[in-house]
Amino acid sequence: MIGSPDVVALTKEDDFGDSFTDPCSLPEEFSVPLFAHAANANPWTKTSYAKFSKDFILVSEFSEQVGPQPLITIPNDPKVCGTFDLNYFSLRIMSVDYQASFVGHPPGSNYPKLNFVEDSKVVLGDSKEGAFAYVHHLTLYDLEARGFVRPFCLAYISADERKIMHQFQELSSEFSKASEFLKSGNRKAFANELEKKLKDLEYTRLVLHKETELQKMNNGCYSTQAIEKANELANVEKSIYEHKDLLRQITSYPSRKKKDVDFIQQETEKPADMSVIDDTLNSHHSDIADKTVETESKSRKSSYTPQLIKAKSAKCFDKRLKTMEELCDASFFHQTLEQLNIIEKSFRGDLCLIYTSQIDRALLSKQSVTSFLFEAERDWEYGGTSKNFSISSNNPTVPILNLSGEPLSLDSYTTCIDVDHIKPGVESMEGPPESSTSDITQETSEAADTETKGSFSSDKSIEAFGGVSPSSLQANYFDGLERKSKVSIASPSENASSSVAVPQRTSDGNLVPMDAACCIGQDGFIFEEPLPELAQECCGDTVVNQEPLSFLQGDPALQVDYTFEESALAESPNMGLTFSELNTEEVAKINIEDVSDSTSFMSASTSSDRAVSLFTYGSALTLKQKKKAGHSALRFIRQYPFAQQAIFCLLSGRTLVILGVDEGTVRKLVNALFIFVPNLGKYGETVQPWLSSPFQLTDLQRWKLIGLQRAASPAGSSILHSLNRYSRYISILDCDNKTLRCPPYKGTLVSHLADHRTQIKRGSTYFLHVQGMLTQLTAKAFLYTFCHHIHLPMDINDQGSVTSRRTNFLLQLSYTVEESKIVHYLSELIKQHYIQGSSKGGNQSFCFNYTTSYLYKI
Amino acid sequence: MLRWILGGREAQGTVEKSAALFIGEEQPKNCFTEMQVLKGHFDIVRFLVQIDDLRFASAGDDGLVLIWNVETGDCLIELRGHTQQITAMISYTFIRGGNAHTALITASSDRTLSLWDPDSGNRVQNISDLQSPVKCLLVLVCLDVWLSGGNELCVWNRDFELQCKTVHHSDAGISAMVELPKNFIAAAMDKEIVIFKLNLSGSDIAVMAMRHLADHQDTIHSLIHINDGLFASGSHIGELIIWDSVDWTIQAYEHILWEEPARDGQSEFKLNHQKQIERSIQHMSSDGEYIVAAIGSGLYVYNVLMKSVVAYRRIAHDSNVLHTVLQQDGRLMSCSEDGSVRMWELQDLPLPAEPASSGFFGMFGTFGRSSKQTGPPAKKIPEVPGLRSLELIGDLIGHSGAVQMFLSFKEKGLVTCSTDHLLIIWKDGEFQSQLRSLAVFQKLEENQEL
Repeated sequence: MIGSPDVVALTKEDDFGDSFTDPCSLPEEFSVPLFAHAANANPWTKTSYAKFSKDFILVSEFSEQVGPQPLITIPNDPKVCGTFDLNYFSLRIMSVDYQASFVGHPPGSNYPKLNFVEDSKVVLGDSKEGAFAYVHHLTLYDLEARGFVRPFCLAYISADERKIMHQFQELSSEFSKASEFLKSGNRKAFANELEKKLKDLEYTRLVLHKETELQKMNNGCYSTQAIEKANELANVEKSIYEHKDLLRQITSYPSRKKKDVDFIQQETEKPADMSVIDDTLNSHHSDIADKTVETESKSRKSSYTPQLIKAKSAKCFDKRLKTMEELCDASFFHQTLEQLNIIEKSFRGDLCLIYTSQIDRALLSKQSVTSFLFEAERDWEYGGTSKNFSISSNNPTVPILNLSGEPLSLDSYTTCIDVDHIKPGVESMEGPPESSTSDITQETSEAADTETKGSFSSDKSIEAFGGVSPSSLQANYFDGLERKSKVSIASPSENASSSVAVPQRTSDGNLVPMDAACCIGQDGFIFEEPLPELAQECCGDTVVNQEPLSFLQGDPALQVDYTFEESALAESPNMGLTFSELNTEEVAKINIEDVSDSTSFMSASTSSDRAVSLFTYGSALTLKQKKKAGHSALRFIRQYPFAQQAIFCLLSGRTLVILGVDEGTVRKLVNALFIFVPNLGKYGETVQPWLSSPFQLTDLQRWKLIGLQRAASPAGSSILHSLNRYSRYISILDCDNKTLRCPPYKGTLVSHLADHRTQIKRGSTYFLHVQGMLTQLTAKAFLYTFCHHIHLPMDINDQGSVTSRRTNFLLQLSYTVEESKIVHYLSELIKQHYIQGSSKGGNQSFCFNYTTSYLYKI
Repeated sequence: MLRWILGGREAQGTVEKSAALFIGEEQPKNCFTEMQVLKGHFDIVRFLVQIDDLRFASAGDDGLVLIWNVETGDCLIELRGHTQQITAMISYTFIRGGNAHTALITASSDRTLSLWDPDSGNRVQNISDLQSPVKCLLVLVCLDVWLSGGNELCVWNRDFELQCKTVHHSDAGISAMVELPKNFIAAAMDKEIVIFKLNLSGSDIAVMAMRHLADHQDTIHSLIHINDGLFASGSHIGELIIWDSVDWTIQAYEHILWEEPARDGQSEFKLNHQKQIERSIQHMSSDGEYIVAAIGSGLYVYNVLMKSVVAYRRIAHDSNVLHTVLQQDGRLMSCSEDGSVRMWELQDLPLPAEPASSGFFGMFGTFGRSSKQTGPPAKKIPEVPGLRSLELIGDLIGHSGAVQMFLSFKEKGLVTCSTDHLLIIWKDGEFQSQLRSLAVFQKLEENQEL
């Protein structure tokens, strides 16, 4: 049974031999390994022989009762594993000879001893199944288990061997975190259990003692009963001693082998997160938890009533073993699941993609000097990933049926609908998927599972497709699949005549194995779907245009799509960008801008008020909002011939005041322009979208883009007075009269950035264009800032030459005087940011120029 | 300028009127392209005192004294103690333990005098229950004593011990004091200048009034030291008198009568016009050779050595000028109730052509006070040799209330304080940018990222 799994040797080649490095080539850490190109090889087909569609995480246990058994898969979509035999694979991975901790009575010791063993990490391949796995073994303590240990393993299963091999370090560190959560929780739970057991034992001893005394009194010391009692008492005493020793061992667990730097970071971030999960638990740090075990158990003493137990617990195999969740503290368990979800998400997709995103991240982290200018704050996006993920993991995963044969059409169908019509509120309403998924193997969960799914689907979510209960999956999977694929292909034509026909078929397909609730849910979903035309169009488009469907199976775009939908934009912005591009390109070849924009970016608001609702002051700006702004910006550039001057003002740090009577109009313009504001801030602090009181001098220092109300009231006149007074520091865009008063701009830079005859049609594309241009500009500003020779004086009295060297440098970069101001301003921001760190503290100074303003009209 | 916003209803006239003064937004000679707004006061900020190269103190009607760093704009220390507005503040440098210490002396309407240590923020000395609030302070470095002027003149030593005082019964009290050679002090009391003498006998100091100079017709607002031989006083009705420091004789007398351009020469209405125009000498400053006087909303530059007017501008600001400074390079600065600071440059007139019309100023001989009634001679600019023009080269707009005072830190910047409770540090943007670059490279070096 236990074969010899081909454990792949983990050797890394050390290629330090090469001394020559091509100066033009990318640094080693940034190069993406090329696909080993064999003749006629389709790079995407190699996953096809695997029996699962995409990578997943498997949690298995070697149960002392039933042997190796799979517990959890992440994602918890049964279709992910496909026909892959989880039971068999569990056997394989659990049979890897890992260093089992010896627990029990070691020779020479009278008492059981706990071994705190390191987790073992191996890579395992199963060429027959086409599966490769990173396997992370760990043991959890269970008082009722044999030798007090329960072996578990976490496995990352992929069809791509290279992925496992290349990402071994990353996988290892990520899984270590998950394992550490589990073990910390387990230690805590184990200690609690011991405490309880001790109470029981002490109580038992007390009772026995009384009984012995009583029997001694009645029958004399040497009656058989008395001797029995005395033996039992002795056993209890011994047991108490053993358990006390165990408790001492577990509570004196070496506070932590803090080798893993990542883990320490994780730890520092975690408490806040966890407190959200479980408020009652006052401390979540495992080491603190270990310390608090005693105090907590003391508090529990009152609540726990000790029971009379037998001193020697018989090994009862009929006894139900504790579930994994019971073994660990609930909050730790959920945190582990969260971590596993994060792992699953971050390693999703092709190896190339992971590489690219890792490189992307590495590069961006090196750009902290300048990235604050036009990109979202890194520390928020990366440092806090777990936070983001914890939010997104509450949303139900959109089930994507990208299994062989038919994935794309249905997939994109869900995409359209989902993005268009599911309101965020609905998403958050739906419960976390983990709660229903953790007990996959329990038969009893089936009903509840289906039921919840059913209720989800009544919220017009497409969840019902994925709502096939796990147990029924194996039986009806192909059946359902087949029917669904029919549906998705047929739906375009069907939909044209009646949208009701679709759900009929779908529910037909699922009727056999599923609850009625599901069907109702599905009907509801379709009936409530408000924009059938769009859906049809999408479907029609995709089905017709993207024909050889089978060819596209396993296409990274699919996974990409999937990633985009779920994690939204929590990941790297560039990744998000690419995905959205792919997404919109593939889903809809619709030329109506609004529609494409709203499909790709907007999830909630309608097109009429979205400009207003977009910029909410005080909340963190997301990339999504910025991309949305691309569309408004594009419109602004087409509409206003002086857009270039306005953008120039923003880039050169001159506060732009948008003056208007109507709040909506003003806010729309603010939304269109805020992507050009350097150093926008995490929450867009440098933008004031709507102001109805006169602004002060300090406001000009703070805000670089202001939406200002023009009112006829006395307040209005004082606003005008402040405008007049500070006119030399501001540019004024009057959206009622369509005029702009600002300094002149000459040059080509901004005209490239904002060409009103641009061929770019879509907002997202334009946003990318802007990002590209701004990045270029930032690079120049960086160069300008950190060039020694232009800033350092030759001698002490050398101010003049520095000034001329600076000017010449910018001229050499072929910037006009005006463009030099932009670079200069960005450079000043970079300097201030570098000197002060990212903290916005201190009294910032406010730079300006004395230049004549002109009035521009349409 | 923003008439298009205001709907073009702005009176043409006002624009035309200040057209000569309107410099526009293009100011190539104005190097102040960076500002830093300092918040901390809760009421009008009236006084700025430089402590050292880096620090200055600000004080005002809220009774607070704040110490600032001019480079970073950080508020270093708050000195709290006065319960009412501060009426005078001066820095006091003394040698202790071989090192020069600079302390601050403040006087407040709550009739207290305090000595502060700007390093620790401690109120080192405090004297309360003075008979009258102190209006002015003067430190005599050579004697290591300091003087406070209110209704009486008090002499204090370094340890805040009263050495001596005079008793005066004038309600006006002493509004300004100037140190004269040979331990004499000139103090302005309403219309008079009183000369006091400090008599030193051993460690005792006695003060006695020597002479009353009653040549001013109206209240003296300004009393300044010009150089070792001269001091100047200016009165409410525009009398400017240059005095000899030693024998207290009048060296020059100017009665500056800003007048409307004489359209018809009808002297009947001139008096009315004169009354309408503010001609009080609010403030004067000198570099030893020139005096600049702030007269109403105008500026007047006078050469002490030549005893001649150098340049003038009748309307230099939209409102009263509150403070002026003559700089080394022939430039001067003024701040005004209109909330702006203006920078001026003395430029030679290209031709003896008159500037637009003419303000009028009376010029009299040394003892020409009696000839005042004879009426001024017709304005003849060419008659004044070497008259130069005062050209506006830049203005600083930021405060929303009257700019009370400013303090220059040379290339480090210029600090202004205002009725709007704010202080602004104006800096040379280019210079600051270079400093920041140096700081960046220094930090790079420290972090070994170079």
